[in-house]
Amino acid sequence: MDEEYDVVVLGTGLTECILSGLLSVDGKKVLHMDRNDYYGGDSASLNLTQLYRKFRPDGSPPSELGRDRDYAIDLIPKFIIASGELTKILVHTDVTRYLEFKQIAGSYVYRDGRISKVPSTEIEAVRSPLMGLFEKRRAKKFFEFLQSWKDEDPATHQGINLDTDSMKTIYEKFGLEPGTQDFIGHAMALYLDDDYKTKPAREAYERIILYTSSMARYGKSPYIYPLYGLGELPQAFARLSAIYGGTYMLDKHIDEIVTDADGKFVGVRSGTETVKAKQVIGDPSYFGAGHDTEGGKVRVVEEGKVIRAICILKHPIPGTDDADSCQIIIPQNQVNRRNDIYVAMVSSTHNVCAKDVYVAIVSTIVETKNPEQEIAPGLALLGPIYDKFVSVTSLYTPTSTGESDNVFVTRSYDATSHFETVVEDVHAVYKRATGKDLVLKKREAEGES
Amino acid sequence: MSKQFQFKLVLLGESAVGKSSLVLRFVKDQFDDYRESTIGAAFLTQTVTLDDGTSVKFEIWDTAGQERYKSLAPMYYRNANCAVVVYDITQTASLEKAKSWIRELQRQADPSIVIALCGNKADLAARRQVTQEEAQKYAEEEGLMWGETSAKTGEGVADIFTAIAKKLPLTAPPSARAGGARAGPAKTGVDLNKQANTQGGQNEPCNC
Repeated sequence: MDEEYDVVVLGTGLTECILSGLLSVDGKKVLHMDRNDYYGGDSASLNLTQLYRKFRPDGSPPSELGRDRDYAIDLIPKFIIASGELTKILVHTDVTRYLEFKQIAGSYVYRDGRISKVPSTEIEAVRSPLMGLFEKRRAKKFFEFLQSWKDEDPATHQGINLDTDSMKTIYEKFGLEPGTQDFIGHAMALYLDDDYKTKPAREAYERIILYTSSMARYGKSPYIYPLYGLGELPQAFARLSAIYGGTYMLDKHIDEIVTDADGKFVGVRSGTETVKAKQVIGDPSYFGAGHDTEGGKVRVVEEGKVIRAICILKHPIPGTDDADSCQIIIPQNQVNRRNDIYVAMVSSTHNVCAKDVYVAIVSTIVETKNPEQEIAPGLALLGPIYDKFVSVTSLYTPTSTGESDNVFVTRSYDATSHFETVVEDVHAVYKRATGKDLVLKKREAEGES
Repeated sequence: MSKQFQFKLVLLGESAVGKSSLVLRFVKDQFDDYRESTIGAAFLTQTVTLDDGTSVKFEIWDTAGQERYKSLAPMYYRNANCAVVVYDITQTASLEKAKSWIRELQRQADPSIVIALCGNKADLAARRQVTQEEAQKYAEEEGLMWGETSAKTGEGVADIFTAIAKKLPLTAPPSARAGGARAGPAKTGVDLNKQANTQGGQNEPCNC
């Protein structure tokens, strides 16, 4: 540890691993450390032993769940949206060669006490109980309007300005019912609450187009998922970093972020050793989040809490035609909340658990003092739950941009159902740390494949 | 047409025992005395043709230095069909390290994995610390293949990979091979690269 590095990266979550990989490819000398003996930090996938060690230190996994190594249980419930920014980074960095992806079989939305599939084909749309016949025609006109929109062609605008008119205005223009608005805003645009309705419509427009283009890309749902769990993603980017010279140290306790008299970053101390570097990038847990003893100065602030319940099931979720995987969205209006409840389920098809086991995560943004009660409508959709691991996690954001002290802190994994905000954070931290915009260029592949 | 099979092969062993040099000799028939640690190669491939015309393509994963500091990812072992665990015949300690990697493989990798223990730097026999008998006895006890190689002279290198190719189960159709599914045409999941140019979706039909 006596060498000097360009960048020390703390924590091997997906955000940190993508940044580490990109910086190593740029030629930076990177040292990447994690206090855990596994990759992934808060975005890891754990085997049964690791899962029990984390949630129930006194218990051990029941033998009837099968072999430990068959399990890779995600800590955060997210899928990859097929046409999104993470897909672009995966392709451009060529880490796809380490990974294999499968589709998520379906996306469902809860309305009036039951779940319905978000239509993925014309036939499903015609048969869908989500809208009446006349409402389907109005919705068709609405989607045709969005699909044909061209910024440079005013004839496609129908009098709407996406940058000044609100989504509410557009819904009213097409006469869409509140239930349809819920469906569009929450099941397609994937908004967690209704604040978007009064804001300029462009963002909602872009989200709907992202959803429909992702849906069109592979067919069944807009989502894809890496075999062996989300934890494969940080591992793949860590390998990219290592191949370009990045040094990896797991199971390394970090005792102090060392700064000089002006508060500028000098190095990272672990025990009696201090490794020097020009910059440090790390997840909030290394900068005072919830750990008084680690990191010293607190450089993050809590901006909310998320509850996540990892549920092990012995059956597919009722009402999904025995789907091997799915997303279910419970829009906030349906259950008198401010934020949606999400269910994300995967199974042995994705090599994350033993055969005939299904792993569902129910999650939402915490609104009350009794968060477990808040996810009850989601848990109720699952049928009998074999075992349940509940966590309430604080979401942290950095208190400064890092440009003045060379300490760059990433954000916690939020409650959204995909990785688009993670990639936004990658772009933001990359820009702050390097002073340049992240431009993705195709990596020159060495070796053939 | 002769049969083709593809397998994932992982390299393990202490730093500086010559893992990368061994692969470089096998794949490109080159050797570099002052080779720096592995940089820039995701994995290399090389095909071995057996006597009956069957060709076996190895997708060879190097550790990329992640074997130092206990930081090799589970992804590395995932779906590996075979492993070459390398030690340096001039360093007794490197055989002990190789043994611990073999225990790790037996714990983490698929039980059917074919493991070869490989004593490298055979050209430095004058400085030998690990006898052939000692290594061979250990390999027999653990049911491993064993051989000595010199990445520098090329001695034994092709032999050990050919021996592995012969030991692999060449019975299942290539598409069923887990390792082959990663990089070859046998990939069964969705292909992100193939679809990469159809983004935007402006003209996609509306399904709602």
